[in-house]
Amino acid sequence: MNVPQDRWLHTPPRKSAAFDDYAIAEIRRAAATGIYDIRGAGTKRKLPHFDDLLFLGASVSRYPLEGYREKCATDVTIGTRFAHKPLKLKIPITIAGMSFGALSAPAKEALGRGATLVGTSTTTGDGGMTAEEREHSRILVYQLLPSRYGMNPDDLRKADAIEVVVGQGAKPGGGGMLLGQKITERVAAMRVLPQGIDQRSACRHPDWTGPDDLEIKIEELREITDWEKPVLVKIGASRPYYDTALAIKAGADAIVLDGMQGGTAATQDVFIEHVGIPTLCAIPPAVEALQELGMHRKVQLIVSGGIRSGADVAKCLALGADAVSIGTAALIALGDNDPHLEEEYRALGTTAGAYDDWHEGRDPAGITTQDPVLAARLDPVLAARKLANYLSVMTLETQTIARACGKSHIHNLEPEDLVALTVEAAAMARVPLAGTDWIPGRAAAPGTHKE
Amino acid sequence: MCGIAGIFLKDKALEPKLGRLLAGMLGTLCDRGPDSAGFAVYGSGMPGLMKLTLRLPAKFDLNALLPALSTAAGASMSPVMHDSHAVIGVPRDREPAVRAEIAHHPAVSIVSSGRRMEVFKEVGRPDKVAARFNLQDMAGTHAIGHTRMATESAVTTNGAHPFTTGPDQCLVHNGSLSNHNALRRDLRREGLTFATDNDSEVAAGFLTWKMREGASLEQAMDASLAALDGFYTFVIGTESGFGVLRDPIACKPAVMAETGDWVAFGTEYRALADLPGVERAEVWEPEPARVYFWQH
Amino acid sequence: MPTVDLAQTPVRELNAGLHRLTPETNETHWRVLNPRGRHAIAAGIDAPILIEVEGHVGYYCAGMNKQATVIVRCNAGQGVAENMMSGEVRIAGDASQAAGATGCGGLLVIDGNASARCGISMKGIDIVVKGSVGHLSAFMAQAGNLVVLGDAGEALGDSIYEAHLYVRGNVKSLGADCVEKPLEEHHKSDLRRLLEAAGVALDPASFRRYGSARRLYNFHIDNVGSY
Repeated sequence: MNVPQDRWLHTPPRKSAAFDDYAIAEIRRAAATGIYDIRGAGTKRKLPHFDDLLFLGASVSRYPLEGYREKCATDVTIGTRFAHKPLKLKIPITIAGMSFGALSAPAKEALGRGATLVGTSTTTGDGGMTAEEREHSRILVYQLLPSRYGMNPDDLRKADAIEVVVGQGAKPGGGGMLLGQKITERVAAMRVLPQGIDQRSACRHPDWTGPDDLEIKIEELREITDWEKPVLVKIGASRPYYDTALAIKAGADAIVLDGMQGGTAATQDVFIEHVGIPTLCAIPPAVEALQELGMHRKVQLIVSGGIRSGADVAKCLALGADAVSIGTAALIALGDNDPHLEEEYRALGTTAGAYDDWHEGRDPAGITTQDPVLAARLDPVLAARKLANYLSVMTLETQTIARACGKSHIHNLEPEDLVALTVEAAAMARVPLAGTDWIPGRAAAPGTHKE
Repeated sequence: MCGIAGIFLKDKALEPKLGRLLAGMLGTLCDRGPDSAGFAVYGSGMPGLMKLTLRLPAKFDLNALLPALSTAAGASMSPVMHDSHAVIGVPRDREPAVRAEIAHHPAVSIVSSGRRMEVFKEVGRPDKVAARFNLQDMAGTHAIGHTRMATESAVTTNGAHPFTTGPDQCLVHNGSLSNHNALRRDLRREGLTFATDNDSEVAAGFLTWKMREGASLEQAMDASLAALDGFYTFVIGTESGFGVLRDPIACKPAVMAETGDWVAFGTEYRALADLPGVERAEVWEPEPARVYFWQH
Repeated sequence: MPTVDLAQTPVRELNAGLHRLTPETNETHWRVLNPRGRHAIAAGIDAPILIEVEGHVGYYCAGMNKQATVIVRCNAGQGVAENMMSGEVRIAGDASQAAGATGCGGLLVIDGNASARCGISMKGIDIVVKGSVGHLSAFMAQAGNLVVLGDAGEALGDSIYEAHLYVRGNVKSLGADCVEKPLEEHHKSDLRRLLEAAGVALDPASFRRYGSARRLYNFHIDNVGSY
């Protein structure tokens, strides 16, 4: 017997998990335009991250420190291995490399001012050092990238440290990208490019390939700067155990390890989402390499890629890093993706919190644009104050957590202060699943009653 | 990740000095390869015999093993000792029996076999490794050496180059292959065995396999251009010859020098700077994707 | 005339001494002995002085040079005069890979052959090679001039921007977006100036000019074969 149609519910329309709205939209966009999707920022997918870790605060067996009076020091020195003038930072949070070109001049000025207010460093990007950034940033790290745009020995000598960029977390194996709409007269002049063209990116350095030749390159940089400045090596998280060991063997003073949550100004979406590994799982192998070579705390490890709060900072330090670096978070502190600009985001086809077409250079916040009218919206002094506030809050949060764990210096945080909420996070961070002594893939956690 | 040095003598009068020349070359390449070192020397053969170079664990009493080895070989054996390595001569038809006997002692590894080739390798700074084996006193017609900075596999003796996957054949490599895992699986199906997870060992295995299937060394090297992906400079030794090959992109450094008395290869010119007559040598950089080969 | 023997003195001391020179220095002529392939010799100089190096140098000789004239009486290793800003570097022998890489100014003259990637990513340097250059020379060359009296290897000028390439001999193959271009009068006078500076008496008309077709300046999917 057939039940009449109005007596049974229609099956609700069911969308595909594989061919979801994003996948379908992307296929349609590719078919219409004939070009891959390019955007800024880091991976947007939900991945194991620091939220999956928790700290074990003091209880009966451990005792906490009182706030304020009982000190919890936050200073860190970068570059103690070879440099005559290592960087002395007041807080363990630095500003990551972001180019003038990707960012507006006021944005770079704001980053410099803000970092200086709290005693930390900023980093140049693909395109070279601007006078504004050197003037406003008391501690400035100068990047040596495959493109060598804007590279020159005067700026090398003016810098406080040199960062050899092998890759970045958003695109390990990829080079810089800046599209024509952001190659303005000033940007073009700094990079020796024709105005308005799409900058093609080199993914390998022009005059060295491999850690054996990197060693010789680092030696040259030291010779040019009379061995004064720390040389950092920046790596996109991919094979962090080997890469860290090789960077140490090549003579790095410090290693910057950038996970796939790390942002970029512009690259192909598939690169961001499908190449490179999450920050969380990159740290333990890197620390293991440092420890095996007897270089932990002698070659500093700076971790970046999705750092948002003092909790993230504390977790990175507990896993063995010496410091962290922020990029995307710093831009948000300056005013990127501000909900007050929602109307303008809608006009761009997006919404506050989702805006990532930074390559188009139409940022209403005036940060990822070269348009002078838009850039003028960013007051560098006010933005700097906001960045300084944010950095101070992150530092206080880190100290709060460290004190709760009984640490008088944030570097005394250790992996044994952590547990994980998921099996993946436990395996990746190499800490036990909360309430158990199980670290997937390893024997019982050291120091547990089963050891 | 590495330094390579190789020398092929044209002037017989230089043969007693072969080891000293190679030791000097390896010494200059320590910085770019501090983890371990190895070298292959093609000296005189033992008539009718295959030379097996064995690596012995510390404090191993080879004398206790000799009676069993001699029985397997059908002749009394007098090993030549070089620090942790021992070279024994084995009649060719007895080689399988001797290998079977050695297999009873898993701590002993067979580093190489060949009519003329002896391979030595150890973990440690290359200049110290060369000194341990007394490389400077070795003689022969050609030799290849390698200083290693390990990239993706462990720093172990087995992981050191040269890799040999066939008698009198060896290979050293500077660079990084990108498809070696898939190729290793294919070669295992063809019956080859591998002791490490090292990409260079796969390259050596590929050449051995090709030659087993009838290719000349030159043909095998040619075939590797298509089969191997990644960045590489190879220096290859065979009983009578010496080959050099760079990948088509050729980013890794390579310098060659040639006089009437010798042909030499070095990853950096520095390695060649002390060779006799180098001031008058023709110095050039091998072209990408081109097989270079010298033979006695 | 200061003479530094690198068999006795570390390169670090040589370079430190050269870096301490002031613009008014009267130590304007230096000799360096026994370089024996060492790296970073005379790197980072910023003074109008003459440095003569008697022997082979390793990587990055005269790296990031400003104002100085550096003469190497033998061969040079990888990256000679890399990122040079001004001044002159002259190599009496051959140069290894990446000669003049990312150079922004000044003149690099190589009497012998240069190897692969000569002038890679050049940003204004002038390079004159009296012999031949290897594959991928002038890769991503942005500005400046590369003059080759001999032959050029595969993929000359791949992904070139606005640098000018002049080759007298045979070009094995041209790279993406690199094409032969007409040799106009002003090119010939540029070339004459460069040849004179290199001490070569040749008719500019015997060279052919190569440069960017400018088809890859803005991405277009139909060019996907070139990417």
